[in-house]
Formats: sequence, C-alpha cells, structure tokens
Amino acid sequence: MSETLAFLTMGLYFGGTVLFLTFLLYRSETLSRVSVFVAGAGFLIHTAALGMAIVSTGHLPIMTFRDAMSFFSWGLVLVFLVVGLKRGLQVLGTFILPLAFLSMVSATLAPVEADAIAPVFQTVWVHVTLSILGTIGFAVAFVAGLMYLMQEHLLKSKQFNVLNFKLPPLDFLDVLNQRSILFGFPLLTLGILTGAVSAQLTIGTYLSWNPEQVWALITWVFYFVVLMGRVTVGWRAKRAAYLTIVGFAGVILTFIGILLKSPQAIAPL
Amino acid sequence: MNIIVLGLNHRTAPVELRELLAIPDSRMGEALARLRAYPGIQEAMYLGTCNRVEVYAVAEKSEWGFRELEDFLVATHFSLSSEDLLPHLYRYSDEEAIAHLFRVSASLDSMVVGEPQILGQVKEAYELALTHRSSGVILNKVVKKAISVGKNVRTNTRIGEYAVSVSYAAVELAKKVFSHLQERVVLLVGAGEMGKLAAQSLVSHGVKEVLITTRNQHRALALAERFQGRAVPYDQLRNTLAKADIVICATGAPHFVISKEDIQGAVHQRMNRPIFLIDITVPRNIDPAVKDVDNAFVFDIDDLNAHVGNNQEERLKEAKIAEKLVKEEVGSMVAWLRGLEATPTIVALRKKAEDIKKTELEKVFHRLGELSEKDRIAIEGLASGIVNKLLHGPLVTLKAEAQSQNGFAFIEAARRFFELQEREIHSQEPQPVEDEIDHKVLEESVSQKDEL
Repeated sequence: MSETLAFLTMGLYFGGTVLFLTFLLYRSETLSRVSVFVAGAGFLIHTAALGMAIVSTGHLPIMTFRDAMSFFSWGLVLVFLVVGLKRGLQVLGTFILPLAFLSMVSATLAPVEADAIAPVFQTVWVHVTLSILGTIGFAVAFVAGLMYLMQEHLLKSKQFNVLNFKLPPLDFLDVLNQRSILFGFPLLTLGILTGAVSAQLTIGTYLSWNPEQVWALITWVFYFVVLMGRVTVGWRAKRAAYLTIVGFAGVILTFIGILLKSPQAIAPL
Repeated sequence: MNIIVLGLNHRTAPVELRELLAIPDSRMGEALARLRAYPGIQEAMYLGTCNRVEVYAVAEKSEWGFRELEDFLVATHFSLSSEDLLPHLYRYSDEEAIAHLFRVSASLDSMVVGEPQILGQVKEAYELALTHRSSGVILNKVVKKAISVGKNVRTNTRIGEYAVSVSYAAVELAKKVFSHLQERVVLLVGAGEMGKLAAQSLVSHGVKEVLITTRNQHRALALAERFQGRAVPYDQLRNTLAKADIVICATGAPHFVISKEDIQGAVHQRMNRPIFLIDITVPRNIDPAVKDVDNAFVFDIDDLNAHVGNNQEERLKEAKIAEKLVKEEVGSMVAWLRGLEATPTIVALRKKAEDIKKTELEKVFHRLGELSEKDRIAIEGLASGIVNKLLHGPLVTLKAEAQSQNGFAFIEAARRFFELQEREIHSQEPQPVEDEIDHKVLEESVSQKDEL
C-alpha cells in the first residue's frame, strides 16, 4: 500500500475522529454531515489504495502486520458506513472512527518491510483474512457493548444530555452486539481451523501451544460461552456488553501475542 | 340556599376508599335520583374520577345539606360506615365551593397539575346531571362557568403544556430503551390521569399490546376497551410484569405497589430483557430501589420533568396566573348567586320602584308648580297605588315560588324583567353618598385600607 495514500487515509480518519468527537457535544446537523463526509473520503482513498495493491500484487495486502491493521481499519469504517448510515446512527462513527484511526497508527508504527513474505500456502492467506474479518465483528461488538454501557449508565443515573440523546436505544445496541458476535464467531472458528491447517502444512503440527494459539483458543471458547449464555441463561443486555468488552481485550492480547512472536508478520504462523 | 360540596380526593383518601365510592355511569340515574330525594337538597351533581369523588349540591341549609350528602356517600357502598368516611371528607360551601369546583375544572387541584382529562370529566358529570335532571338553574350556571374557566385557563396559561410534555417525555425515554415501540407490550397499573395520558401517547405510537390492571376490575375493563387492550386481574400483577416491556404505574396508592423483588423476578423471567418502568404517582408506587436492578429502568415524575426541562419555578408561575383567573371568575359567580336570593331581590325591586316613583313625582311637582297639600297627597297616592298594585303580583309570586324547585328561575326572571343589577341587589352595606363625605376623608380611608 502506497505510503502517501496510507498517510492521507490516516489523516482523514484522524479528522473524522476529531469531528465525530466534537459531533457528540453539539446537536448540529451540519457537523454530522461534515464528519460523515470526511470519514467517507478517507474510506474512498483507503479503498483505492487497497485496490491498487491488489492490482499490483495480485492479492489482498494482509500479510504484514501493517497491512493487516490497515485492512482491519478499512473493514471497521465499512461497517460504520453501512450500519451507521443505513440506520441514521452517525454516533457509531464517534466510536468506530477512533478505533480505525488507532489501527492505522499502529500499522504505520510497525517497522516498514517489503511485502516479502508471500503466502506460502493459500490456506495461510485464507486464515489471515478470516481472522481479520472475525476480529472486525468482535470490534463492532466491543463498540456496541461500550455504547450500551454508556447509554445504560446515562439512563440509570438520569443524565439526559446530548450523549443520551445521540446514543442509540439499548435494544438496538444489544442486537448489534449479538449480530456482530454471530458474524465474527463463525469467521473466527474457520480462521482458527485454517490456521491449524497452515501450521500443519508449514511446521508440521496443528497445535504448537504458542501464546497466539492459546489466546485464540481462549477467545474462541469465551465467545462460544457468551453466545451460548445468551440463548440459554439470558446473558444479554448489560452482561453481554461487559462480556464483549472483556472478550475484545482477549482479541487484543492475541494480537500482542502475534507481535511478540513475530513483530514483522502475522504469517506464517 | 347554599351551594355546597362534599368530597374526598387523592390527598385526603387512599385509593381503596375512593374506589368504593365510584359509581358507574349505568347506575348514575339511580344515584342522582337518590340524591334529589333528600328534602334538603335541591340540585345535585356527582363528580367521580380515579382521584376524586365529589358531590356538588344546592341545599337550603348547608349544615343540613352536608349531613344528607354524607348519608348519600356512606350509602354508596354497603361496606362503608360513616366512621370510615368522615375523616377523609372535605366540605366547602358557597364561595369556597365554587372556588373549589373552578380549581378542579382548571386542573389546579389535580394530582398532576394541568392534566387535561379533568375538564372532560367535569363535562361528563354535568351531562349526566342534565340527563337525569338533577341539576337546576344554579348548578347549570356554576358548572357551565367552571367548564369555561377550565378552558380559559387551558388556553391562557401554559399549565397544560407541562402535563402533555410529561407523557411526551415518557415516550421519548421509552425510545431510548426500545427502538421499535411497535413490538412492545405496555402494562398500565392503576387508572391515574397521568398514567392514562402516558399510555395514550404510547398507544398513539403504535405499541403491540396494552395490558391494564387496576384494583377495580370494572375500571380495568373500561380502560381496556378504550385502549383496545386486555384487562388483567389485579392479583396477577406480579406474573404480568414479566410480560411487559413498558410498565406505567399510576395507582394513587400511598404505598409501593411494585417492589424491588417483583422487578428482580420479572427481569429474571425475561432473561434479562430490559424492562422500562414509569412511576407517575406521588407518593411513588414503585420502590425506588428498583433502580439497582440491572436491566430495569425506572423513572419517576421528577425524572420526566427533568427530561423535558420542566422548570418548577415556571410551573408555579403559570399556576399562579391560573389561580388568579379562577379567583376573578369566582368573584363574579358569587355576585350572581347572591342576586338569586329572594329577599334581596324583593328589596331591590321595591327600592327600584320607589326610586322611579320619587323621580317621576319630583318631575311632575316641578312642572306643576304650586300645589295644595291635598293635591300633592292625591298625586303621591296615585303613584304609590300604581306602583304597589303593579308590584303586588310579582312580589307575591316571588315570595311563594322562591322556596319551590324552580325558585331560582323565578328570581332570575324577575331580575331580568326589572333589570336589577347584581350590585343593586346585594348592596347591603349602606353606600355612602358622595356629597356627604369630604374628599379628604375618603382619600384618607383609602390609604388606610391600603396599609391594612
């Protein structure tokens, strides 16, 4: 991905972040439009950059840490533009844009290295793509959980301020939380399976119990329990919000595990 | 002749007692006939809402009338004794009774000041009294005036906005918990005015179902019909809570109707689906500790006010304006009523005739110049004869009919025929003739009054 385009995207996401945070403080329709416009512009440039990379290398650039983070960030903004604009919930941007911006920052902070490590096997590429998409689902669930807890707190403490006005209804956030996990969980499951297969292909063992694998499995079990809990014993609403925030912490720890293991690349395992 | 009111309301009596005194419309004819049968009562109107039961009457003697009204209320329900009832009753007569009715009608006496339903309820009560012919000249005039005062207050002050905005706030807050009210079940507990108002706003936003439960099953059924909902027996309130997404509590009971444990149970049964509760009553019906239950959101009247930014000070200001409007109208009503009394009317009529006679005689004497004493007496006699003969019929009729059922109609008619002004009739205190009083003295007395 071109350095210039990456910085341009990052700049626009930063602008979007600042605008969306300001948007939270004022009931201004113009501010909301400008924020969406800036975020949308960032997304278009980001998409163009990804497209150019695909054209030049022939595959989605996700094999380095920075590319993975960049793709993750792109997916988040896509979710915002689709869900937020469809439901008229610009406030989603206030939570998603900072996350997207931080992902871009962490991407650029990672050491630059050429796109040298081409996927040895197709499964590795599939594994990474699925894992990132699954993580996007969990990130959105995390954002929904965060928004849920904020709105819940505002309602419980009877603070009828702009934030309370702008945050979506609780049941919407709970449904968003559930759907995001339902989206992320199967992808993570497949991601882990393809990861195991790639491990078998590259280092000859399905499971080597490295920190990344351990955390990935813990995360998987955790989200499985969260999903089951909702259906069986009613772990929804506030509890679900807390759980998904904790779960996302697990996801981040997995990422750190990857970085510790191999600072430059997330593949091969 | 006195206008009196005997009643109890949300401040003086618990809901259990108020409910016992409720008379369904279907039995109103019988009840009003019973009222009219009392010898001391000439006109009567029964006003029953969930927050008040009041009987307005025109009685010959207030004390006697109050006793008869008490007897009527006690007889309303077989389980009642006068010991149960008496401590909760308030009594007003004449000016105070009129002022009370005007304040009720203007929604100043309501539990939620400014709620709009009371005006309609006064109208209904009046129409029932008209249908069953229990009201007469006095109540007709007073109640009609009360209704117009109510309307006047509604249009000329912002007192009504407040109540409407409270139910609007209830809907707005519900929308912060539930995105689609169309999928939600509302449970209305109790039949308080504001509760019904809030339920109404939710229904107009298209909720899926309305469940209604009140201690009085008949009332629940009536409300169910109105909201096209379903009445639920009151003893099943606890089990019903879990089915409801939105609970509006407005029973008027002086204690908690919904406890923290009830809500914990309901939320558990709902598998943590949020439950939204609105407690519109004062004192509160939902234990405030419910706020500590996860996924239960309870808002009381203060919260709703805070949400719409209802300012206590502004509200008081509007109420003050309303009170002033009411007071003015009470003044003119009292003046009209006083004029209806037979004796002052007869006195005023005589005085008027006497005045006319005097002026006309003076004119004639002036024109005729010097007259002998005999002629003067003859002319004066002629004038007196005409006046007295002419007045004889009306005065006898007035005296005779004043005590009858339609007495006030006669008095009112006499006043109109002879153009007797209200102030002429009850100018009982001797009015000082201006010439006799030094202007200085007058000014002094005025300034002294101001200081007082």
